[in-house]
Amino acid sequence: MLTVQFLLLAAVLFCIGVYGVIARKNAVMVLMSIELILNAVNLNLLAFSARLGSIDGNTFALYVIAVAAAEVGVGLAMVLLIYRNRRSIALDELSEMKG
Amino acid sequence: MPTAETSHAAAHSAGWFLENAWIIPIVPAVAFALIIFFGKRLPMKGSELGVASMISSLVLSAGAAWQWMNRVDDASGGAVKELSRVAKAEGGYGAPYVEPIVREWTWWQSGGMEFGIGQHIDGLAITLLFVVAFISTLVQVYSLEYLRGDRRYTHFFAALTLFSAGMLSMVLAPNMVQLILGWEIMGLCSFMLIGHWWEDQANARAAMKAFFTVRVGDVGLLVGTGILFFSANSWTQANLGVSGFNISGLSAWAMSGEAGKSALTWGAVALFVACIGKSGQFPLHTWLPDAMAGPTPVSSLLHSSTMVVAGVFLVARLYPVFWEGLGITENTVNFIVVIGGVTIVIAALLAFVQHDIKKVLAYSTVSQLGYMMMGLGAGAWLPAVFHIFTHAFFKACLFLSAGSVSHSGSHHSFDMKKDMGGLAKKMPITATTWIISTLALAGVFPLAGFFSKDEIIDNVGHNGYQVFMIIGLGGAFLTAAYMTRATYLTFFGEARGAAAGEHHAGEHHADQHDSHDIHDAHDAHDAHDSHDSHGAHGPHESPKLITIPLVILAVLAVFAGLANATPFGSNWERFKKYVEPSAAYVAIEETLATGPGEAIVVVGAESGEGEEATAGCSFEVPEAGKACYFPAVSHAKFKWSKGLLSLAIVAAGLVSSWLFCVQYYTRRNRRLVGLTERNALLRGGYRFLWNKYYLDALYEKVIVRAIAHPISRGAYWINQNVLDGIVNSAGRISRRVAGWVYRNIDQRVVDGAVNGSGAAARGTGGALRPVQSGKVNQYGALLFAAAAIGALVLVIINT
Amino acid sequence: MVGADLLVAQNIGFGIIAVLMVVGALRVVTVNNVVHAALWLVVVLSGAAAQYLLLSAEFVAITQVLVYVGAVMVLFLFGTMLTRARIGAESDLNNKNWALGIPVALLLLGVISWVLIDGFGDDRLPDPDEMGQVPVQVLSDDIFGPYLLPFWALSFVLLIAVIGAIVLARKD
Repeated sequence: MLTVQFLLLAAVLFCIGVYGVIARKNAVMVLMSIELILNAVNLNLLAFSARLGSIDGNTFALYVIAVAAAEVGVGLAMVLLIYRNRRSIALDELSEMKG
Repeated sequence: MPTAETSHAAAHSAGWFLENAWIIPIVPAVAFALIIFFGKRLPMKGSELGVASMISSLVLSAGAAWQWMNRVDDASGGAVKELSRVAKAEGGYGAPYVEPIVREWTWWQSGGMEFGIGQHIDGLAITLLFVVAFISTLVQVYSLEYLRGDRRYTHFFAALTLFSAGMLSMVLAPNMVQLILGWEIMGLCSFMLIGHWWEDQANARAAMKAFFTVRVGDVGLLVGTGILFFSANSWTQANLGVSGFNISGLSAWAMSGEAGKSALTWGAVALFVACIGKSGQFPLHTWLPDAMAGPTPVSSLLHSSTMVVAGVFLVARLYPVFWEGLGITENTVNFIVVIGGVTIVIAALLAFVQHDIKKVLAYSTVSQLGYMMMGLGAGAWLPAVFHIFTHAFFKACLFLSAGSVSHSGSHHSFDMKKDMGGLAKKMPITATTWIISTLALAGVFPLAGFFSKDEIIDNVGHNGYQVFMIIGLGGAFLTAAYMTRATYLTFFGEARGAAAGEHHAGEHHADQHDSHDIHDAHDAHDAHDSHDSHGAHGPHESPKLITIPLVILAVLAVFAGLANATPFGSNWERFKKYVEPSAAYVAIEETLATGPGEAIVVVGAESGEGEEATAGCSFEVPEAGKACYFPAVSHAKFKWSKGLLSLAIVAAGLVSSWLFCVQYYTRRNRRLVGLTERNALLRGGYRFLWNKYYLDALYEKVIVRAIAHPISRGAYWINQNVLDGIVNSAGRISRRVAGWVYRNIDQRVVDGAVNGSGAAARGTGGALRPVQSGKVNQYGALLFAAAAIGALVLVIINT
Repeated sequence: MVGADLLVAQNIGFGIIAVLMVVGALRVVTVNNVVHAALWLVVVLSGAAAQYLLLSAEFVAITQVLVYVGAVMVLFLFGTMLTRARIGAESDLNNKNWALGIPVALLLLGVISWVLIDGFGDDRLPDPDEMGQVPVQVLSDDIFGPYLLPFWALSFVLLIAVIGAIVLARKD
């Protein structure tokens, strides 16, 4: 197996995640897109870890998973709070700026 | 005393007085400055300085005269006498050429030309120096009393002294520049003195009229000097080493035969125009009677004996120029003699209708000046100059007597008809001096006027100007007549007005030109009463300071004529010997600015005893190396037949006038009284004379207005339209420019830049604002897009 | 022989799972139903775990399934339910500027792909034989060894996240 196929897969997932962040208006959907991105990163890390025979990639991937979990927790709590205050989690409606 | 040196003509005896005659005008000039600065603080208010300076000038002039006479005597003696004896044996004797004492210092230089100042002393200068100094001294002494208490006493004496300084410097001027300097100083002082009581508008106007009328003539002086300078300069520089301003140079040039005829003629005409103005000849005589607005001492000094003869002096001084330029004795009529003749008559006629005694004397002066000019114009140089001499004495005496009459007799009035009459008994000394001077003026033998005026008439006829001789005789008749009228009205007949002791409160003060209405109203009148011993309040004789000069002048009026008593033989012709320049050819030994060297006596150049001149300058052009300074004039031989004729005419004038006056003014003859009102012709003639031939009206209303009006209108137009127009249009233009600048530059460019920067900032801000939209998705988009682009850039750079 | 077959099998396995993942990811960002999107995310996450296995990172794969699929997705679904009244399709979950995302994503993809291919074009992963299993021991040694500090930091992060989530979400 070529390294590059994993890397390309990760790149595709990353870009899809980027698209999702830009295009989605539901806050939860945006968070999901961020999860896609994070997973792409993990794939990348692990591909290199396998390639280089180093264990550091694995460690890092674990850490990423942990941080992602924490981030989702906090993010969803924030979404809950926004929903409570604004009755909506559509990101376009949340902006108070006039631009 | 000077020692006589015989051989060299240049070493004729000169003496200290002659060498230093330049001091004579300096003393009064210094005195003038001192009077101006310190006069008011002195005990006699500055008059002591004036009198002292005049006395010193008189002494210096007398000394110079004495030494000059010695000089001429020396020149007639010695080796020259030998020559003259020879010449006499051949039919005449040579009049010796006596070199004038000329000293010149450089005054200033400009453009390679040097202007000198100094002295040129010859017989003519000596005569005038003496006359001016003498009359000035007497007049200043007279003024001590006459102007006592006057408000501008100090300035009066200052101006009088300055005048004397000016005239003295003019008289001994070696060149035209100094002559013009003295001339102008005299004009200035005349103006100041005529307008001495300038609070009265009439006096101020008279002063200005005098100044401007003379000024009109002075244009001629400058033009003439210029013409002569530019024509003569090259000749005088080449031959005599002097500039074209130098008087000796001009005379020599005129007589040299190399002078351009038109330059001579036009120069002579231009100079004579100046003389017409200064010496009150027709048609510029109108200022002289008006000049009587000044105080009487001024009238007697300036406007009778000294200043007004400056014109005559100029002609006599530059006689060769006039001789050659106007062709004197070549023709039977020339410019000078015509003007002189006309002046004699018209002034004499005007003197008949005057009420003011000073105006009678003024017209008489004009008339006598006409005599002098006529004489000069007809080639009678010596009689004219001698008439200057004698006329000064008796005319000054007449004026001072008139002043004495007004001072003490007519209560400061000069109106003969209103305030005089019958004063002979009350003012005997004044009356006597007046009558003596009148007879001298009329030309009664053996008083002074006979020897001078009749010589003029005689020589005029002798030189071929018959018509003018008749005019002169007629003038003598008229002179005798109007003077008799004036005498009668003043001293004889019934006392009128103030002479009768009536004190007119204020009315006659206004129209008289005397001091006392300026005496700070009538309060000072009482002060005047006290010092004037006006106690009796009627006419009385004047104080000594007034009468003594009168007496002195009257004595001279009697005896001055004997200085040149032609009827008594040539030995009595002292004046001629000392004053008349010689018509001999003079060798130019050294080209000195002080004059040439030896004189060569020409046989027959001058004949004594009144014979024709047959040789000498003016007959032949001088050869190379010789110069002529004076033309050979003829002298009429005195015949008692001619003398008795003129005496008869004078007597006729005196008697007929006396009879007329007695008949007319005492209203005895019914036919005479009111004649001018009844007869239309006489009325017209009277009115014509009363209005002074309407000349004043012509000058003031026609000529002056015709010139002044358009000029003033033009100047006003220029002022309003051109000058103001420029200013206004400058204002308008600047306003328009400012508006344009405001609109275009300030509003558009500057404000545009300012606003534009603001707009740019706002625009930029506006353009950038959408970045801060608050939309998370957009932030994310921007973030990732920027990251993508950054990565791309990095990739591209690194490959 | 086994290596080569395994390799072929792994490649096939990789391919199928990769396709699944990409499709799933695309469905995540395109479906209009949040729940559906969450479910498709589960597909993606599971596929990722499978890939980890192929890369001999078993512990990470298991952890991925446990944490991500087990906890995070449940959390997502709970969050979705708590914040929405409707469960079902909605009109559009895309915002106004969704079209902007396409060029950005494509650009990014292009750049990354090009770099990767250029950099790692023929790089082969080690053979499966040589690719040893990763013992957990080695992993934990790595965690509690050189990366101890990040571990502690991470524990703090988790603590703060928990506290923060509670603080944020409680009803006051």
